[in-house]
Amino acid sequence: MAAQEVRDADLRVDGVAKRYGAVVALGGVSLSVAAGEFLTILGPSGSGKTTLLKVVAGFEFPDAGRVTVGGADITDVSPAKRNIGMVFQNYALFPHMSVARNIAFPLQMRGVPKSEIDRRVIQAMALVELQGYGERLPSQLSGGQQQRVALARAVVFDPTLLLLDEPFGALDRKLRESMQLEVRRLQRRLGLTTVFITHDQEEALVLSDRIAVMDGGAIRQIGAPDEIYDRPADDFVAQFIGESNLLVGEIAAPDRVVLDGGTSVTVRGLDGGHGRVRLLVRPEKMAIDSATNRFTGTIVEAVYLGEAHKLRVKVAEGVELLVRGHRAVPTGARVTVGFAPEDAHVIRGAG
Amino acid sequence: MRRVRPGRLLLAGFAVLVCVFLQLPLLIVFPISFSSAQYLQFPPPGWSLQWYERYLNSPNWLTPTWLSLKVAMATTALSLLLGVPLAFGLTRARFWGRDAIEKLSMAPIIVPTIVLSIALYGLFANLKLIGAWYGIAIAHTLLALPFVVVVVVAGLRDFDVNQELAALGLGASRWRAVWHVTLPQIRPSLVSAAFLAFISSFDELVVAMFLGGANMTLPKKMFDNIRMEIDPTIAAISALQIVLVSALLALAARFGRGGGMPGR
Ligand SMILES: Nc1ncnc2c1ncn2[C@@H]1O[C@H](COP(=O)(O)OP(=O)(O)OP(=O)(O)O)[C@@H](O)[C@H]1O
Ligand SMILES: [Mg+2]
Repeated sequence: MAAQEVRDADLRVDGVAKRYGAVVALGGVSLSVAAGEFLTILGPSGSGKTTLLKVVAGFEFPDAGRVTVGGADITDVSPAKRNIGMVFQNYALFPHMSVARNIAFPLQMRGVPKSEIDRRVIQAMALVELQGYGERLPSQLSGGQQQRVALARAVVFDPTLLLLDEPFGALDRKLRESMQLEVRRLQRRLGLTTVFITHDQEEALVLSDRIAVMDGGAIRQIGAPDEIYDRPADDFVAQFIGESNLLVGEIAAPDRVVLDGGTSVTVRGLDGGHGRVRLLVRPEKMAIDSATNRFTGTIVEAVYLGEAHKLRVKVAEGVELLVRGHRAVPTGARVTVGFAPEDAHVIRGAG
Repeated sequence: MRRVRPGRLLLAGFAVLVCVFLQLPLLIVFPISFSSAQYLQFPPPGWSLQWYERYLNSPNWLTPTWLSLKVAMATTALSLLLGVPLAFGLTRARFWGRDAIEKLSMAPIIVPTIVLSIALYGLFANLKLIGAWYGIAIAHTLLALPFVVVVVVAGLRDFDVNQELAALGLGASRWRAVWHVTLPQIRPSLVSAAFLAFISSFDELVVAMFLGGANMTLPKKMFDNIRMEIDPTIAAISALQIVLVSALLALAARFGRGGGMPGR
């Protein structure tokens, strides 16, 4: 597991499609992951995340498309020969084998000599801080410990790629956060090209170099976390990641949009276009007593979150705005809220 | 304080009754096997080991016993060898007509044994298999296969296929994945299947009668004995059979526990 042994490999997925009967699990997905990069695939349940990972790992054969690792096409290679480490959604530890034998398994299958297996297993257990747990069975470990065994087993044989399918789904919040840090630390240290699946957007934002947002078997957007959060490509991405206010209207001037309720707002980034647009304003960009783009309304809900207050403001029949800020305002109060022209992100096209 | 509900009490009472009913034959058979009388008589007038001695010293009894053991072991081996791969095919592969094959593999249970025996007699007579011990073993395999398939299919349906995928991903060939990961985990099913196959053959009378020729299996010999002479030897043999089956059951319980889960 010495760092110099780890090969740098990039992953390319080209037009991969997979159907199960009438269900299109993947509808022609393409993406590439640079060597040493940590890419997260984020998407709702049933969006095809696991299917994509299984195609990369070789457990499912795609109906169309190719998978390339480090420049070599592995689409037709059997999973046993791909040298890819994978952690399953439910860990898939072998319950009849001790922790040490679980971790030794991939080395045994590769015919590594006994003495070297012992050495590398001990090293891998140290890497995930499980020294002394070698003789235990998986059923005698906590969820977090099982998770770490699965991780050790997936990296002990110097894989060219690490795939993680919602590895923290079953863990409580605190353990989740510490495991997130641990995985990131391990991944950096080993320089492993990693694809990580989650449907937890917070987790995706914290961990990733880049995020790919998936829905209905297709990738909606791929980019750095701040790019995805600040400049989502469409409504789905905007609403899936973080909370959002989406204002619908028509471009009236190079810097003005007339909203469907009749209010006119000033925004940047219209680039002289015309037609219908949606404006995304994140709740933390909405401010009480803003100087520009003002809406007046009544507070219908006020929630104290600890680090901030979240307010729901009704500005017209059926139109409510979310505001996140530091001011506590009671329910029922009349307020004026608004946003700065540069804080609205413009989404074009029909929604 | 835990409240005892009447429903539970009723259930417990019923369970005890069923157990007693099932044990009753033992309460008769065991005492008779130690009887000092010359005839089947209950309760026995006195005690002796004469019937066990007679059994163990009589080639007339021991030869059929060895034959039955040999046939039962061959049946166990054969039906596992055929049944386990069949169960894998039925649970893993997706192919046209799979359900039909699964139903068909139950056919030997559904067809009356007599009918099956007559059909097999015709076939085996042509193949010159009548009277050969392996002929009986082959026929018994046919009868045992449905049990093996049902039990192993159930075991495989419970088994998490991701385990096998994980093994493949970690570098195991399909064979080694099955050998190191799947089979150890479905061991309880395999042990049960082996046990059922063994017992179903060891205890089988009808097919053995048709196909045995001059060779006698233990059940056939017991049947003849009852018709001709009735003496308590048969009780001694029954007692020994019960001990053998119980020992096998105990072994099955010992080795058929779920893999790697002590304390569960
Ligand atoms: N073996 C299969 N047979 C039939 N349909 C399948 C199979 N595997 C997946 N699907 C379908 O393909 C689609 C994508 O499934 P997939 O498991 O990739 O979703 P996912 O994004 O991983 O969801 P989750 O977050 O719930 O794990 C779903 O509609 C699912 O029902
Ligand atoms: Mg999934």
